[in-house]
This record gives sequence, C-alpha cells and structure tokens, in this order.
Amino acid sequence: MVVALDLDHALFEGLCRMGDSTLVLGHRVSEWCGHAPVLEEDIALANIALDLIGQTQLWLGLAAQVEGKGKGKGRDADALAFRRDAWEFRNLLLVERPNGDFGHTLMRQFLFDAWHQPMLKALEGSSEARVAEIAAKAGREVAYHLERSADLVIRLGDGTEESHKRMQSALDRLWPYTGEMMTSDETDRALAGAGVMAAPDSIRPAWEAVAAEVLGEATLKIPEGSHMHKGGKQGTHSEHLGHMLATMQWLQRAYPDARW
Amino acid sequence: MYAQMVKSEATTEAPELLAGFQARIDAGEKIEPKDWMPEGYRKTLIRQIGQHAHSEIVGQLPEGNWITRAPTLERKAILLAKVQDEAGHGLYLYCAAETLGVSRDELTEALLSGRMKYSSIFNYPTLNWADIGAVGWLVDGAAIMNQVPLQRTSFGPYSRAMIRICKEESFHQRQGYDIMMKMAQGTPEQKAMAQDALNRFWYPSLMMFGPSDKDSVHSAQSMAWKIKINTNDELRQKFVDQTVPQAEYLGLTIPDPELRWNEEKGGHDFSEPDWSEFFEVIKGNGPCNAERMEARQKAWDEGAWFREGLMAHARKRAAAKVAAE
Repeated sequence: MVVALDLDHALFEGLCRMGDSTLVLGHRVSEWCGHAPVLEEDIALANIALDLIGQTQLWLGLAAQVEGKGKGKGRDADALAFRRDAWEFRNLLLVERPNGDFGHTLMRQFLFDAWHQPMLKALEGSSEARVAEIAAKAGREVAYHLERSADLVIRLGDGTEESHKRMQSALDRLWPYTGEMMTSDETDRALAGAGVMAAPDSIRPAWEAVAAEVLGEATLKIPEGSHMHKGGKQGTHSEHLGHMLATMQWLQRAYPDARW
Repeated sequence: MYAQMVKSEATTEAPELLAGFQARIDAGEKIEPKDWMPEGYRKTLIRQIGQHAHSEIVGQLPEGNWITRAPTLERKAILLAKVQDEAGHGLYLYCAAETLGVSRDELTEALLSGRMKYSSIFNYPTLNWADIGAVGWLVDGAAIMNQVPLQRTSFGPYSRAMIRICKEESFHQRQGYDIMMKMAQGTPEQKAMAQDALNRFWYPSLMMFGPSDKDSVHSAQSMAWKIKINTNDELRQKFVDQTVPQAEYLGLTIPDPELRWNEEKGGHDFSEPDWSEFFEVIKGNGPCNAERMEARQKAWDEGAWFREGLMAHARKRAAAKVAAE
C-alpha cells in the first residue's frame, strides 16, 4: 500500500514535469504573437504554442486526476497551471529561458524538440494506458515541431555569416540547459522501474544522435564545456519563471472567485 | 470589414473596353487574374485587399496583448487558434493581391511607410480581458457584416478568399460572444469589465464601416465594379439591428442614450460616432497607432537577418545542385 501511494506521488511529479514543460514553452512561444520575422512564422509559432497548450491540458489534467485519486476531488489542470507558485513548477530550465532573438527561440525549440520526440516515443510504451495515449497524440504533433525546428536550424546555421553567428551564440548560451533533460533522479527511476514513464537518461542516445546530425549539417559547433545547470524538475528555477507566472496567473489570482 | 475609405482609382481605357468589362460584371461573371481589367479596377482592388490583409496582421497585436494573460488553458488555446487564423487570412489575402501583380514585400513596405492603411479599429487598446470578448463579438461581427456580401465580389481570388475567411470569422464571433456571456453572468467585477469593454468598443466598431454615405466619395465606382456590395450606412444599420438584442441578452447597456427602435423604418435609430475622432485615428493619432506601427517595424527590421539567412541557404543549395549535375 505504501509503495502504491509513493508511485502515485511519483506519477504526479512525472506528469507535472511533462505538463509544466509544455505549458512554459507554449507560453514563451505565444509571446511572439504578431512579432515574428515573416508571416509564415507567425502562423507556425501560434500553431506550435497551440499544440503545446493542448498537451498541457492533457498532462496536467491527468496529473490532477492522479492527485485526486481516492480523495473525492482534487485540483484540475487550470488550478495546477494558474494557482501553483514557482517552486511547485517542475518544468525544465531550458523552456523558461527568455525568447531572446528569433535565433534563440528557434534553437531552444530545436533542443527541446529533439528530446521531446524520443521521450514521447518511449512514453507510448508506458504500462499506464492514459500516459501512452497522451504520448501517442502529442507525438504526432511533435514530429512536425522537430521537422520544422531542425530544418530552420540547418538553414540559418548554414545561411549568412550573421545568421550563423546568431545561431552559434544561441547554441552556446542554451547548451548548458540541455543536460537536465537527460538526467534521471529518484522520481524518474521509480517511474521507470514501474514501467510507467521512461527514464530521462535512456533518451540520451537518441537525443545526441539528432543533435549531432542537425547541428553538424548546420555547420554549428557543439560547445565543449561540460557544466550543466539543473534544478527545474525539482522546483528550483531561474529568476525568469516568477515573472512569467506573474503575467500568466494574474487574472486567476486577482479574481479568485471568477469563472472564465 | 477591414477596408475603409478605399479610394477608387481613375481609369482611362477606351469606352468600348470598359463597357465590355462592365457587361461581364453585370452578368455576374468572375474576373480572373489573367483576364483583361481596367487599371483603375486593378489598383482599387490592390488597395482594398492590401488594406484588408494589413488589418489582419496588425489585428494580431491587440489580441496578442492578452494571449499571455488568458485566464484558463482553454481560453489561451482558443485565442491562439483565432490569432493563427487571422495570420492565415493575411496570407490568403496577400496571395490574392499578388495575382494582381504586387508582391507581399511591396505591400509590407507600403504599410510601414504609411502609404497604406489598416482598419482604424486596431488602433484602440485592449485593456481588460472582456475586451477580447468584445473584439470577437463586435469587431469580428462588424467584419462579417461586410465580408459576407464580399463572397460575391467580382474578382475571383478575392471572392474565394472571402468564402474561406467568413467560415472562420463566424467561429471567432461566437467565441467572443461566449467570453462576453461568461463575463456578463460572472462576478460584479467581471460584469463591470464587460460593460467597460462595450463602452469603449461600441463607437469604434460603428466606425469600421467607414464614413456616412453622404460623405463617402469613393463608393459609386467600386459598387459598379462589385468591389463593394453594400453602402457603409446600410451595413452599419444592419450591424446595429443585429447587435442590440445581443447586448440586451447579455444585460449590458449600449452607450447611446439616443438608441431606440424606429417602427416606421423597421430598424434602430442610433447616434453617429464622432467622425472627427475617426479622421484623427486614420491620420495616425489614435491611441495605439504609434505602438502598432513600431511593433510591425521592429518585427520587420529585426527579422531581416532571418529572411536573408534563409535566402542565402536556398542559394547555396541551388548552387550545390547545379554543381552536382
């Protein structure tokens, strides 16, 4: 019984890690609305943000169900998104990085997509049917995200001198946030042990292969430093997340009795 | 309708050619890009379609202002989908304009230099969440009023773009009204936000149809060519008559003490908007003109390296392909 309870808690954490990452990245991408360098990108960014917010509804919706199990009622996806404070968020540090220039936004997307796609693929094999279903649905969307971000990284990396410089500088800046995606902690190991979620370190070979191939074709150089930031998955974030939440959660918090 | 005060261009072709062209239009035929057309028809359409396209693009900004503050995941998703549709409308319309011989880049330059306009409505700010409801309900409602007849416009690509656009706009209007219902039936603060939004968007929405017919100098030729189907006043009247019962259902008050049903004409009497304000907004003196243009200019300038990078890569690929052959 004790084991089952612990596993539910780990599952809640694991689902928040997925759902908070899609929420925070979806929010960041949506900040571009109306400001992209070409109209096609405005359309693509809105579309990607929409996919990510849709995935958030599924992951956090399931997290809320898992949390409320046996208690009669728990929170719902909106309560998790809009009423938790920064230290309760479990998103990867990478996705809360500010947008920067368009090159930064694209590189962040690529580094995430290259992890997101194999992670969802692995989650399709989850012993928990609801996890497998969400992963299958999200996976179809994310295959397109990766195709687009990889293509643009290649074209801009191997474009003009300036576009190359900008993409290299984005890669240098964001690289130290990639390690966290592939580092497993106790929660991850408990979930992987039960066959419910894939261990992040098992994603590393697939991620490294895609990153090496795409960045190579883009004529970009993978940074040499090995230091990696961590903490997002456990709730220790950068200063940026609090500001994002102040914007995102403002209406819900200012008018707690309202229904929207 | 996102095109206002579109000036009809003079045309100087031979009378027999013009008469033949007019006969095609009168017979309800569609004019296609490769058909002969008077220069004035072509230029007027470029102006009108371009203005409409620019309005879709600039129109992303007041709504984008609330995407990051949308109060639920569902509302955020719906608003993202709507803004994505609008960017898509801009794309179809730029493509329709391209068939008339003007590139998207040329139209963008014309917008940024101030030679081309976009709808006055997008120079008003969105100040509370109910404004997103009001934009869907009133602004998209007014746009649909004008765009539904434009599905029958004489220029084929424009007409076909309108058919697609109208389908999506009616969804936009419903989502706007849905936000208004939630707000109007919500807490006292939410109801106050809804009323505040209606107060600020009512007259600017009436202005969307353009000046009164008696002051509208450009209409006759455009109507003969079926570039314009109804007069400004006809559409405004229709909009008011449609909207008044919707406001009553919401329990909100339209900010016009003169508004009343006129049995004799079978429509409402209502106050004209302040046309001096309208002309100031058109001149660039609306509350948000400067911000809107700065935002578009910044997106264009800061995106230059991106566009150039893609072009350079395409050239490298093409050169590599030639070398390989």
